[in-house]
Amino acid sequence: MTLLATTPTTTWYLVLGAVLFGIGAVGVLVRRNPLVMFMCIELMLNAVNLSFVALAKRLGDIGGQTTVFFVMVVAAAEVVVGLGIIVSIMRRRPGATADDIAELKG
Amino acid sequence: MLASILAQVPWQAPSIDYHAIAPEIVLAAGIVLIILVDLFVGESKKWVTASLTGFVLLGALIPVLTLAVSDPDARSLFDGRYVIDEYALTLKALFLIAGYVVVLLSQNHVEEGDYYQGEYYTLLLTSLTGMVMMASSRDLVSIFVALEFLSIPAYMLAAWRKRDRKSNEAGVKYYLLGVFASAVMLYGMSLLYGVTGSTLLSEIGRQITVDGDFGGVHALAIVFVVVGFAFKVSAVPFHTWAPDTYEGAPTPVTAFLSVASKAAGFVALVTILYVGVPQAKDVWQPFLWVLAALTMTVGNLLALRQSNIVRMLAYSSISQGGFILMPLAVAGTGDAAGPALQAVVVYLLVYAAMNLGMFAVVIAAARTTRSGEISSFGGLFSYAPGLGVLMTIFLASLAGIPPLGGWIAKFAAFRAVLEAGNGWAYGIAVIGAVNSVIAFGYYGNVMREVWMKPAPNGETRAVATPTSLVAALTITGAATLLLGVLPGTVLRFGDLADLVGAFGR
Repeated sequence: MTLLATTPTTTWYLVLGAVLFGIGAVGVLVRRNPLVMFMCIELMLNAVNLSFVALAKRLGDIGGQTTVFFVMVVAAAEVVVGLGIIVSIMRRRPGATADDIAELKG
Repeated sequence: MLASILAQVPWQAPSIDYHAIAPEIVLAAGIVLIILVDLFVGESKKWVTASLTGFVLLGALIPVLTLAVSDPDARSLFDGRYVIDEYALTLKALFLIAGYVVVLLSQNHVEEGDYYQGEYYTLLLTSLTGMVMMASSRDLVSIFVALEFLSIPAYMLAAWRKRDRKSNEAGVKYYLLGVFASAVMLYGMSLLYGVTGSTLLSEIGRQITVDGDFGGVHALAIVFVVVGFAFKVSAVPFHTWAPDTYEGAPTPVTAFLSVASKAAGFVALVTILYVGVPQAKDVWQPFLWVLAALTMTVGNLLALRQSNIVRMLAYSSISQGGFILMPLAVAGTGDAAGPALQAVVVYLLVYAAMNLGMFAVVIAAARTTRSGEISSFGGLFSYAPGLGVLMTIFLASLAGIPPLGGWIAKFAAFRAVLEAGNGWAYGIAVIGAVNSVIAFGYYGNVMREVWMKPAPNGETRAVATPTSLVAALTITGAATLLLGVLPGTVLRFGDLADLVGAFGR
């Protein structure tokens, strides 16, 4: 109960950001579906956004919050390109996992 | 309602020096122009877009030259977030010329392959615009935006042959690892912002000092940012995407990625290390030392056992990247900062010339051999003497044989390392020297095929090399020879590379 009574501080958000970033990073390394790997990367980017906003709040500086807008716009552009590439690969080989995509090696 | 709120905020439009950003304006106008022209020309006239791209790149070079001779040494826009100094101008010129050569390489390849020409050149120009912006960026946000600006079109270019499985694979690998790397880098940037309270690199440089509260978070932030760029410059152990992407992508795109995109990664890395965190050298020096040693050695050893020439060149370009990292690994020690910056710029200039040249020869020779296997280049000299000689020149330059450009680049790198003169410096110099010798193994192997082996299919006459490839070969061949014979010219460019705000200068 005491935990709920305290007001959240910036540190909470930073810890949450770090945890989300960690989940995303582990997800990219262990999941094998390109689409899920990509979703994990998006999770990492949003963890970055969260820590930028939290830090901007703590520092009382608008710079961090404006950075988040840039990150969001760039992430949107990345989604467009990434989905295009993943769709083109799925069309040729339905249900391919990252392990199947191994024509090039050596 | 909104208007009244906005009216209360005092806002002044920043004064913009339009001369300073003229190269970017020309490129942006060129991108729009090519999209429009592509809409209105018929299928048989699509080659116009290639020529236009060439003209736009040369047009963007004009303001770079006028800026180089104009009065103020360094122009600073947006409170120092976008700086046009000699370092930026030298590298902008490098990107534009490298882009021009890539257009020459692409022209026939894209036309004959019936790829989407207008879109191809639009994306190529967009990526180059990002690189030109990168050379001037002095703020975490502008570096990030420039990095994505150059990367996102490159992901599409790598997957350009969309009906080809290998190209798909190249695209998806490059994309997933590239985006992963930018997420890691961004997290480092957010930590850097958190501990310094600014995204401006020069302000970060003032805040991060060895004395005072330098803790684990600072170190973590710097390591994350460096890891992000290590992916971009394909430093071992973050290199796994490079050989696959290089092999699967269309060859002109491979040339573009291995030269321009890699150079852009180094430019950003140098800017952040020199302007942003020069004081934290105890963190990044050992880290880069390990990266450089691994990159040189692993790249070389894996290149030895490749049978496909593009794959061999991919590993060779990884190991060349190690040589560019080598002076940076000791850049904070003693008086090595200046020579290290010079060495990196010189190496990037020479490497661009010789590696683009090598790819141009491979593209030209593959028109006859129809294969990327090294053994298929057997007897190249007997039926295409010109290509055989040029290939030998570029291979010798990559290996660092004296009268050629590659030798000057290696010389500058080793000189910068020895300038630092401590145990770490001598250690990396020895590793570098051993690797220069190993590199002869795989470069020499290709030379032996070209000169001594018979042609595998009894080839007697070569397919004619188109004019655009001849132009590309002339530019790169002349540059490689001239830079080697007249090292003064390239070393002078290196001297010019004065990074404003670097190490308190």
